[in-house]
Amino acid sequence: MNKILIVDDEPNILLSLEYLFKKEGFTVYIARDGEEAMEIIDVDLPEIVILDIMMPKVDGYEVCKYIKEKNEAVKVVFLTAKSKIQDIEKGLETGADLYLTKPFTNKDLITKVRNLIN
Amino acid sequence: MFSNLIIIFFTFGYLALLFAIAWFSELKAKQGKRLSNHPAIYALTLAVYCTVWTYYGSVGRAATNGLEFLTIYIGPSLIAPLWWLIMRKIIRISKVQRISSIADFISSRYGKNITLGGVVTVVCLLGVLPYTSIQIKGVASSFEILQGASSIALLQVVPFYQDTAFYLAIGLALFTVLFGTRDIEATAQHEGMVMAVAFESIFKLLAFLVVGIFVSFFVFDGVVEIFDQAEKAGLSTLFQMKGDGSPTEWFWMSALSMMAILFLPRQFQMSVIENSNERHIDTAMWLFPLYLLLINLFVMPIALGGLVYFPSGSFEADTFVLAFPIAFDQKWLALLVFLGGFSAATGMIIVSTIALSTMVSNNLVMPALLLSKHFQARNQHQLGKILIWTRRLAIFGIILAAYLYYRHVAGQFTLVSIGLISFVAIAQFAPAIIGGIFWKRGARVGALAGIIGGFIIWFYTLVIPTMITTGYIDESLMTEGLLGIGWLKPHGLLGFEDLSYITHGLFFSLSINVMLYGTLSLLANQSSKEHNQAAVFVDIFKHSETMDDVVIWKGQAYLYDLKRLLSSFIGKERTDQVLEEFEKSTGKSLNQNEMVDPALVNYSERLLSGIIGAASARIMVSSVVKEEEITMDEVLGILKETQELKSLNNELNAKSQALKKATEELQDLNQTLRLNDMLKDEFISTVTHEMKTPITSIRAFSEILLEEEGSLSQDESRKFLDIIIQETNRMTRLIDQVLDLERFDSGKQELNLENVAVKSILMQAVNSIAQVIKEKGLKLTVAIELENIEMIMDQDRITQVILNLMSNASKFAQRDIYFQAKINQDQLIVTIKDDGKGIPEEEVPFIFDKFFQAKNQTSKKPIGSGLGLAICKKIITYHQGNIKVERLDGMTCFEFSIPIQFQQTQIKTNEQNSNSR
Repeated sequence: MNKILIVDDEPNILLSLEYLFKKEGFTVYIARDGEEAMEIIDVDLPEIVILDIMMPKVDGYEVCKYIKEKNEAVKVVFLTAKSKIQDIEKGLETGADLYLTKPFTNKDLITKVRNLIN
Repeated sequence: MFSNLIIIFFTFGYLALLFAIAWFSELKAKQGKRLSNHPAIYALTLAVYCTVWTYYGSVGRAATNGLEFLTIYIGPSLIAPLWWLIMRKIIRISKVQRISSIADFISSRYGKNITLGGVVTVVCLLGVLPYTSIQIKGVASSFEILQGASSIALLQVVPFYQDTAFYLAIGLALFTVLFGTRDIEATAQHEGMVMAVAFESIFKLLAFLVVGIFVSFFVFDGVVEIFDQAEKAGLSTLFQMKGDGSPTEWFWMSALSMMAILFLPRQFQMSVIENSNERHIDTAMWLFPLYLLLINLFVMPIALGGLVYFPSGSFEADTFVLAFPIAFDQKWLALLVFLGGFSAATGMIIVSTIALSTMVSNNLVMPALLLSKHFQARNQHQLGKILIWTRRLAIFGIILAAYLYYRHVAGQFTLVSIGLISFVAIAQFAPAIIGGIFWKRGARVGALAGIIGGFIIWFYTLVIPTMITTGYIDESLMTEGLLGIGWLKPHGLLGFEDLSYITHGLFFSLSINVMLYGTLSLLANQSSKEHNQAAVFVDIFKHSETMDDVVIWKGQAYLYDLKRLLSSFIGKERTDQVLEEFEKSTGKSLNQNEMVDPALVNYSERLLSGIIGAASARIMVSSVVKEEEITMDEVLGILKETQELKSLNNELNAKSQALKKATEELQDLNQTLRLNDMLKDEFISTVTHEMKTPITSIRAFSEILLEEEGSLSQDESRKFLDIIIQETNRMTRLIDQVLDLERFDSGKQELNLENVAVKSILMQAVNSIAQVIKEKGLKLTVAIELENIEMIMDQDRITQVILNLMSNASKFAQRDIYFQAKINQDQLIVTIKDDGKGIPEEEVPFIFDKFFQAKNQTSKKPIGSGLGLAICKKIITYHQGNIKVERLDGMTCFEFSIPIQFQQTQIKTNEQNSNSR
């Protein structure tokens, strides 16, 4: 069972992702902002984190750095509405393994996340 | 009677006395005390008019023509009252324009014309030379009489080196050079010369009075007895007015002498150039005629006495004055009379020669020399020297020429006849001068043609006959006329044979002169330069103050060049001094490397005019000034242009100010636009970002619903579908808000203004959200402290603001929300408070910006779309109100106010200005 952490401040998006990954057999943790995400990471390190960027309190970049500092092996996927090329570059520079933009196709998202793990 | 030696001793002794007087006065002047600056002295110097012609000649004339000799003195006396009109004007003009001679005056008036100055000089020379020579003749013959030789001297026999007259001439030339060419400035007053001339005037008057008294009261028993005896001798015609013909003669002779007193070079010199104060004229106006009266008092008695006493032929009537003391063996009286005559002669010669030499140097030689650029370049540094030596040589030349003329021609004529011929020559200047100072149209061509025409007639009617008498020309001309044409006889033009030859010559020369002057002036087009001068001359009393300002002048000059030019004439020291004076008097400062202004160029030219004459000065100045000829049209053009330029300049200034303002506005606008553009980009990027969020949810759930149709429970399906609808609503709201804001921004939004009861509107708004707040477990306190008033507002929009603020408050409040409304100073004030943690201070200024989150891209506030407050602000602003946020007693406090007196008209324009797009 792969542990996945999903971080997003939009409840409905969170809900849809939780549903998708649970169905795929993941152990799903959710967090509604960066702070919450970091708390979870401190307690139980997931294999993969799906991360929004624009969130209250602590933004996605901070969380990504935090994770990579803690454990380089944890895969980080940015899933964000920010789709400008500068945003993508910045996201990858921060250490993310994958940068995906909203809105997404469910199948596509799952496939890419799976590929990342294997 | 006297030995040569004694006479010569006294003669040169007299000259030495003149030297002493001149030297002493100049010394005094240097010490600052100018003796000549006295009206009586001025009047006395005018008496240089009385020459040997008066002294000896009047008696001669009276002896042949009777009282007619008086015309020569009646004219000046009659015109004296008019000096105030004419002389004063000429003096003022000459001072202002720094005129150095009569030739300069005329040349100056007619556009500083070289030719005219030259012609006038030549006329003066030819006209005055014989006159000068008769002075020498007068002195020489009186000298010989005194020696005891026959009155008809053996002129041709004695070689010139044995001729006393020659040495006297040289002596006079020396004196003249010494006291007449001291100062290079021809306009400068010759203090020593003036005083010497004044002394001579007194001396000759006294001498003549003494001999008159001697003849009247010692030779005869009073004046009455002389007339009695004369009548007995059949001479009564001489002192009785003849009825026929003579009034004409008297008129013309008086007119002639009127012109002479004004325009004879020596008179001009004394009355104008040497004048130190215009007010002196007032005294001279009566003192000078009085002098003339005194000096003529004994003319008739001496003449008649001579005719009675001396057997005819023993003495020339011209020498009666001297003959009496000799006949009665009054040695010392005779010597006094001789010296009186000598003083009359020297006075005339000295002044006349100075005047002529100035003309020769300034109006003949200098212009000719200066016309050659080559000469100018080579002699730049010694022009001053050349000038002064030209004058000195001219003085010697003129006196020697006069001497030669005396030896070869003048001996054969009476003093008065030659004098009168000179007068007629000088009279030719009258039209050009009188016209020149009273008639602006008077033009150069007219003046030139008039003078030349008059001069030719003068020469033909008055000079040619003298040449016939001396045998140079065949006599047939006199009797048969030119080419045998009868009406071309020199003394009978057009058959006018009844006039005396002087009147005849004067009448014809002056008629031709006036006719040419008038006609050609009327036909001519004056150049601007000429017109300028004409205006200055005619309106001198208007212009003398503001001369430098009225100059119309086109060209440029450097101060350096001008300075060099001035110092080549007056020396460096004086140049600096003069420029300093200019700076002081005008308040303009002169910068070495700068182009000088027209006023200085003009000033320099006038300064030089005083030294080398107007025409030469013009040449000199134009050699350093790159001046362009301007025609009258151009002058008018320039004037007009100046006017136009001035107004154009003003217009341009105003325009450039406006442009500057416009540019600034444009820059501001541009900045605003760029900012707006940036904001717009940001806005769009934010809007799309905000849109993606609901779309993401919608898409995700739609996919789930589609793909897992079978496996989803009904609850799940319903839940997901519900989410989809929620998110769709969210999108709709967002789109509505964006469009709303856009309409407000662009000023297209219109308020639906109505007169409404405020209180009920507020109540409704609060009530509509009270339920939501209650559901969140928050406490809402409402305090609406209003009377039932009505005010104009957009009811829906104000409700929208209230709901928005209340909804925000409910998102942050922990327990309490307050809603207050009141009227304060014509303002409706609505306050919504919550006890939430508040807005960070640094964010307060941006709280009402659209998508405030956009400023802080990565961390999002949990408040709606980020457009709510921006729209609130717009709505309140549209109502001419204010909205603000502050922290009060641990509460976040939003407050808006709108005026009760709402003025609809202003809204939109204000909006459009502050919200540009």
